[in-house]
Amino acid sequence: MAETTSLQKKNSGFKIRVEPRLEESPAWYPVLVSVLALIVALILGGILISFAGGDPLKSYQHIAKASFGDIGVLSDTIVKATPIMLAALACSVAFRMKLWNIGAEGQFIMGAFGASAIVLAPVFQEDAPRWLFLTVMALAGMVAGALWGFVPGYLKAKFNVNEIISTLMMNYIAVAWINFWIFGVWSEGGFQMSPKFPEAAWLPRLLEYAKTFPQFRGLTTHAGLILGIIAAILLWLIVYRSRWGYEIRLIGDNPQAAKYAGINITSNVIYVMMLSGALAGLGGMSEVSGVVHRLQTAPVAAGYGFTGIIVAWLAKLNPIVIILVSVLFGALILAGREIQPSGVPKMIQGIILVSLIASDFLLRYRIRIVRGEE
Amino acid sequence: MTQTTPPPSEAPFAVEMRGIVKRFPGVLANDHVDFELRAGEIHALLGENGAGKSTLMNVLAGLYRQEVGIIKVKSKPVEFYSPRDAIKSGIGMVHQHFMLVPSQTVTENVLLGLNDPRFFMRLPEYDEKVAAVGERFGLKVDPRAKIWQLSVGEQQRVELLKMLYRGADVLIMDEPTAVLAPQEIEGLFTILRSMVAQGKSVIFISHKLHEVTAIADRVSVLRRGVATASGVPSKGATRQELARLMVGRDVIFSLDKKPGKPGEVVLDVRDVHAENDKGLPALRGLSLDVKAGEIVGVAGVAGNGQSELSQVITGLRKCKQGEVRLGGDLVSNRNTLFGIQHGMAYVPEDRNHVGSAPNLSVTDNVIMKNYRKPPISKGGMLDMNAATKLAKELKEAYDIVVPNVTTPVRLLSGGNLQRVILAREISGLPNFMVAVQPTRGLDVGAIEGVHRLLLAQREAGSAVLLISEELEELLSLSDRVYVIYEGKIMGEVRVGSGEADQSMIDTIGLMMTGTPLEQIQKDGVGANG
Repeated sequence: MAETTSLQKKNSGFKIRVEPRLEESPAWYPVLVSVLALIVALILGGILISFAGGDPLKSYQHIAKASFGDIGVLSDTIVKATPIMLAALACSVAFRMKLWNIGAEGQFIMGAFGASAIVLAPVFQEDAPRWLFLTVMALAGMVAGALWGFVPGYLKAKFNVNEIISTLMMNYIAVAWINFWIFGVWSEGGFQMSPKFPEAAWLPRLLEYAKTFPQFRGLTTHAGLILGIIAAILLWLIVYRSRWGYEIRLIGDNPQAAKYAGINITSNVIYVMMLSGALAGLGGMSEVSGVVHRLQTAPVAAGYGFTGIIVAWLAKLNPIVIILVSVLFGALILAGREIQPSGVPKMIQGIILVSLIASDFLLRYRIRIVRGEE
Repeated sequence: MTQTTPPPSEAPFAVEMRGIVKRFPGVLANDHVDFELRAGEIHALLGENGAGKSTLMNVLAGLYRQEVGIIKVKSKPVEFYSPRDAIKSGIGMVHQHFMLVPSQTVTENVLLGLNDPRFFMRLPEYDEKVAAVGERFGLKVDPRAKIWQLSVGEQQRVELLKMLYRGADVLIMDEPTAVLAPQEIEGLFTILRSMVAQGKSVIFISHKLHEVTAIADRVSVLRRGVATASGVPSKGATRQELARLMVGRDVIFSLDKKPGKPGEVVLDVRDVHAENDKGLPALRGLSLDVKAGEIVGVAGVAGNGQSELSQVITGLRKCKQGEVRLGGDLVSNRNTLFGIQHGMAYVPEDRNHVGSAPNLSVTDNVIMKNYRKPPISKGGMLDMNAATKLAKELKEAYDIVVPNVTTPVRLLSGGNLQRVILAREISGLPNFMVAVQPTRGLDVGAIEGVHRLLLAQREAGSAVLLISEELEELLSLSDRVYVIYEGKIMGEVRVGSGEADQSMIDTIGLMMTGTPLEQIQKDGVGANG
């Protein structure tokens, strides 16, 4: 700073100066900044909507109503939020260690494949007990996802292969892989989808309990939400309260210090990629077993893994916050379709992400307006 | 090639710097420094690390701007606002870290930033021009080669070529030999001689006396920002004089140091060989030992293998040959965790990038070494209450000034961060500690605090290896001091608890610049053992 001031010539008027924050900011400050960023994003999105010929206020009202307006749409929102939640948790743990896993999408798809394989192989008779079906499907989904995470993790650890590229490429392989199965082996009468799963392979949904609770009639919220919430809590415990999580945080913040503390970075790269893959894989299982009830490309490879990246960042990688942000994004996806199938809602998502990432700057730096000479 | 013709002492000044003052936060890097370079000479600028050599030359090269003082080039006053201005006046600098684009050819790198050629590269034409300049000064390098294909020595030649192509008459070489292998050094000297034979002038920054006496016509010496010698002919100067000008004699604080009672050998380093990050030998058959209850210093100018030594001991760097034992257990080439679990503490040189995780809290930083053990660890989980309690205790005991233990350590001052690190390392009750530059960048009060903690470790019967560039610190804390030079121990001096005398400092100074102890004793410079 002394450098710039000494070089400054006489100069009247105002000057904006950016200084790194040297003191701790109060706990409410990051929350305030995030909320402000969200408001700024909505304003920018509103401008966009009015350019597109819409009324921003009405559009936002419509979005709110179409996603949180009554219990029916709220349930739909939550159904959308569930896969995003698990994918975002997957991304968050990898990002925490500065491993840029862009492959949650592929790991999600492989999770869906792994779970489906249990049903379609078939491993059990159709009348096998539901708990057995679901447990084994969940495990298979997680193992398949973990395997999909292991490959780039291993390559990164042993040969320093850039995980951004390898995880991204693995996504395409995953899509091609499930296509191979549903176009051929498991094709339902020549259609590009597998046969419908027996009901024993369906995750329980609220509507099943409509007899006892009539208000649940028609609600499709399924047990994947519970899996997501449990996963979020467990992940929070792992990251903030376990030895392993401490190692992950230390490596993420300063790998040199981690080495100095005697932590093996290479094996942690592999383990974290596998955990990340397993979480995304669980998401894939939850989606086929809770919503789609068959293996089919379009509803499984619907970009949840990519949305998960955004959600993980918005939640600042905090697993508990991810639950809330996922619901917000579930709403955006669901209600966005009410305004336009694609296009504007996606752009608003993008604007929200950029605003929130940009707002991070305000947490690290402060902006001071100074008069010309000081 | 051609032998240097000693330039007549009345040769005109190529560069004059008068009364240069340059300040950095907390440091007076140059304190009214005068410097004169005559045309056609090789002028060595000698000094320890941090003496202000690079700062002075960065001012001359237009990278920094002096606060006070004037610069004249060929007797005309000049004002440099950027390296571009400096190069226009014919002054070019070759930095220690090369500024080359690895994927481009030599010619492309030489042309980078020039206005000619303007649009089409016409590389073959310029290849020839570049080759012609190289030819003239004996810089053998293929203009079509890509930078990544070249050795470090060749890359240095490209840097020189860049400056010569831009018409530099004065070449500043910032520690050019630090990155070179011995045979390459001879090649560089030949090039420098051929350049001065053709009328160029060279400023050669170094801290190695034998190089200075081998290549330079005249020498200037800086110590702590002050010129202690200006333009002394190197022919007449003895190494000892130069060493004294460089290292100097400082007031020795007498700390309350009780007579040592060294116990058994705790750390035993035997004939260790290791390479630095560039794959050049950094440690070449180094041996030393540290006993329980003593502080052993390692003195030396930075870059003589000190960092590598601490890394080999702590297991962060592999050694190619030799071994390190801690209390009899082999620790070299084992993982870092082994040393930690066997009572080794390490205060690293770089407290921000190695010793701490800047965005994690004070609590998270103090458990870095003991999170694997109870009470912090409880069956794979961390007991955060126990961790917070430990952090609060350490904050009290070590006087760490921080509002609360959840504060990220990047917000701490250097002294406080160092206290966090020392608190963590000492609270593990180590039987051996390596401390590298533990007081660098700290203010006087913080330095004293660190010194007291180290002495307390000694009194508690722990062995301490103190690697430092501060001679004063080494002499006031250590029981013995080893001097390291180019990866080897030049000799050992016993300090005891008394005051260090001048001959001891002279001896250390000579060893720091590359004269082994035996030779000093043979030559009869009052050394003591």
